[in-house]
This record gives sequence, structure tokens and C-alpha cells, in this order.
Amino acid sequence: MNLNATILGQMVSFAILVWLTLKFVWPPLVEAMRERREKIAEGLAAAEKGNKALEEASTETERLIREAREQASEIIAQANRRSTEMVEEAKTEARREGERLLENARAQMEQDVARARAELRQEVAELTVMGAGQILGREVDAKAHGELLDRLAKEL
Amino acid sequence: MATYDSPGEYIDHHLGHWVIGEKGSFWSLHVDTMLFSVLLGAVFFFIFYAAARKATSGTPGGLQNFIETVVDFVDSNIKDSYHGTNRLIGPIALTIFVWVLLMNIVKLIPYDLFPWLASFVGVDYLRINPTSDINATAGVALGVFVMIFWFGFKVKGVGGVGKEFFTSPFSAQSLPFKIVLAPINLFFKTVEEIVKPFSLAMRLFGNMYAGSLIFTLIAISPWYMQWALGLGWSLFKLLVIVLQAFVFMALTIVYLSMAEEDH
Repeated sequence: MNLNATILGQMVSFAILVWLTLKFVWPPLVEAMRERREKIAEGLAAAEKGNKALEEASTETERLIREAREQASEIIAQANRRSTEMVEEAKTEARREGERLLENARAQMEQDVARARAELRQEVAELTVMGAGQILGREVDAKAHGELLDRLAKEL
Repeated sequence: MATYDSPGEYIDHHLGHWVIGEKGSFWSLHVDTMLFSVLLGAVFFFIFYAAARKATSGTPGGLQNFIETVVDFVDSNIKDSYHGTNRLIGPIALTIFVWVLLMNIVKLIPYDLFPWLASFVGVDYLRINPTSDINATAGVALGVFVMIFWFGFKVKGVGGVGKEFFTSPFSAQSLPFKIVLAPINLFFKTVEEIVKPFSLAMRLFGNMYAGSLIFTLIAISPWYMQWALGLGWSLFKLLVIVLQAFVFMALTIVYLSMAEEDH
């Protein structure tokens, strides 16, 4: 164990090594590690944000689907109601039309009967007059006996 | 392989250094220590430089991944015990940890291999484990010693550091007491500062030198015991090697942190 100039040489070597490390080794390595740490942190934050956005989107989608479903069922219900209404309306209309037609037919019939009756009456009166004329041998003057004939016709 | 007349000669031979200059004088050089510490320092630098040059913040390759594990380990130790802002702290801690670790690891290379190889090129003494040479550990420790003052100067100024030699560890409120305490403080503070590099150097040197000595003793034990003793001691040394490198680095960080703190 004898101290000698080696100690100085060793100090110089040490100094040079520290300088080289300071210059070429330490900064790039530490910088790379720091950068990577930041990148990882950024990546994690981005993933977090993405997850959040995804969650929000899925909530929104659910809401939209629920609304659409509600709307659809409402529309269907409305359509059902409307169709029932239309059927009812059609039925009522048809019934009314039928009644109206029936009424018309009845009125027509009554009119016809009345007219037939009137004609018949007229004819009977004329026949009667003719018959009477023939029986009496002379022509009954229709004009002269108009009043009589009319009364007759009415009584028939 | 060279043969030895006695165990004592074998031990002497393995604990001797390859020296340039007059042996025993200060102006001589342990060539083996210098050679292998510089070589291992270069290994450290080029491996780390290779990783740093292509360092990417994307997916790291195998080498970068490994290097980053080491850097991260050192960095987390710094974050735990250093609270200043000096950007020298990282390089110093990393250099000490990896360099000392490499200088310790070569101890696990079969003990006789390099001295045997060296004997072919006419080198009689070769110790490849620089940290079992007090000069190597003291050199690094003195480097740390200088850095302790440099860190202090940067934060407190030369005057601030100088003043601390008279006002700590014992502080007083009134002037007379301050004057009385000044020489006592000077003594304690000086001892405190000198003890730091001294303990750093002696701890590492002691551990590694003792390890070498034991390996030498194992090497001269009977051949049928060598493998068991060698294996056991190597496994134990594996622990010590990493631990001592870590302790050297951790203490350096703590000392540098203390240098910036106000007392």
C-alpha cells in the first residue's frame, strides 16, 4: 500500500469520464426517458378522453333510440286511431246514404202510386162519362159536365 | 505457469504492481492499475455512448433498455437523496457506479489468467483489479472531494464555504462564544471533510484488497479444496462487488447534497 502518482492519473481519468458522461451520455438518455414518460402520460390521457367520449356517445345513442321508439309507437297508435275513425265515418256515411236512398225510393213510390191513382180515376171518370153517354145516347158535354165529372173522379 | 518456491513468494508476486519509476517514491506509476482502469472506463463510456447516440423516446432496443435501467436506478437514487440543481450530479453518480462496478467485476476473472498471459510479454507483475489498489480508490475519492467543494462554491460561494469552517458543526449566538468556538469548529469541520474521501477510498480498497488476498490464499490451498472455496468466495464477492459500487455512489450523492445544504 504505497501512494504514488497513480492517484493523480486516476483523478484525471475520473474527471475525463465525468466530462464525457456529462457531454455525451447523460443528457440524451435522460431526455429520451423524459420524453417517453411524457408520451405515455399523453397516451393515457388520450385513452381516458376516448373512453369518456365513447361513453357519452353511447348514452346519446341510447337516448336517440329510446326517443325514436317512443315516436314510432306514438305514430302507430295514431294511425290505428285514425283508421278506426275512418271506418266508423265510412259506416255512418253508408248508413245515412242508405237511409236517404230508401227515403227517396219510398217518396218516389208514393208519388207513383198517387199519380197512378189519379190517372186511374181520370180514366174511370172518362169511361163512366163515355158509358153514360152511350147509355143516354148523346154526348155528354165534357165541358158542361166537367164539374160533375171531377166530383165523380174524386169520389172514386 | 511460473513456479514458486514458497507460498509467501506467490502471495508477494500476486499483490505486487507493475511499476514504472522508482519503487517506493511518489513519482512512480502503477501501470496495471492505470491501464485497466482506463480500459474499463473506455468500456463504460463506449457502451453507454452507443446507447445514448441512438437513444429514442420510442420503443427502446435491447441495449438502450438495459442502459436505461441503470440510468434510471442511478437517477432514482439521486432523486432520493439530492435536492439541489447541479447538473453534474447525474454524470458523477453514473460514472462512479458503473466504472467502480466494472473495476470490481474484473476481480472475478480467474486469478492467475492475466498475470500468466502477461508473463509471456515480459511483464512480471500485473494486477487487473484497479479497486484493490489504494491509488485507484483514493483517486476517485479525491475527485469526489474536489466536487464536494465545487458544489458548495456554486451554491454558497467561496466565502460561504469558508465561513462554515468556523461556524459549524457548533454554532453560537453571541460573538464571544463564536470566537471561542471558531478554532474548535475549524478542527472538527476539517476532520469531517477529510474523513469523507478517506472513508470512501478506504472502504472500497479494503473490501477489494481483502477479497484479492483471500483469492490468493484460496489459490495456494490444496487443489481439492480450491473449487469449493473459490466458488463460495466468488459468489460472496459478487454481492460485495455490486454493493461496494452502490455504496460509493450513494455516499457520493449524499456528500454532494450535504455540501449544498446550509448548516
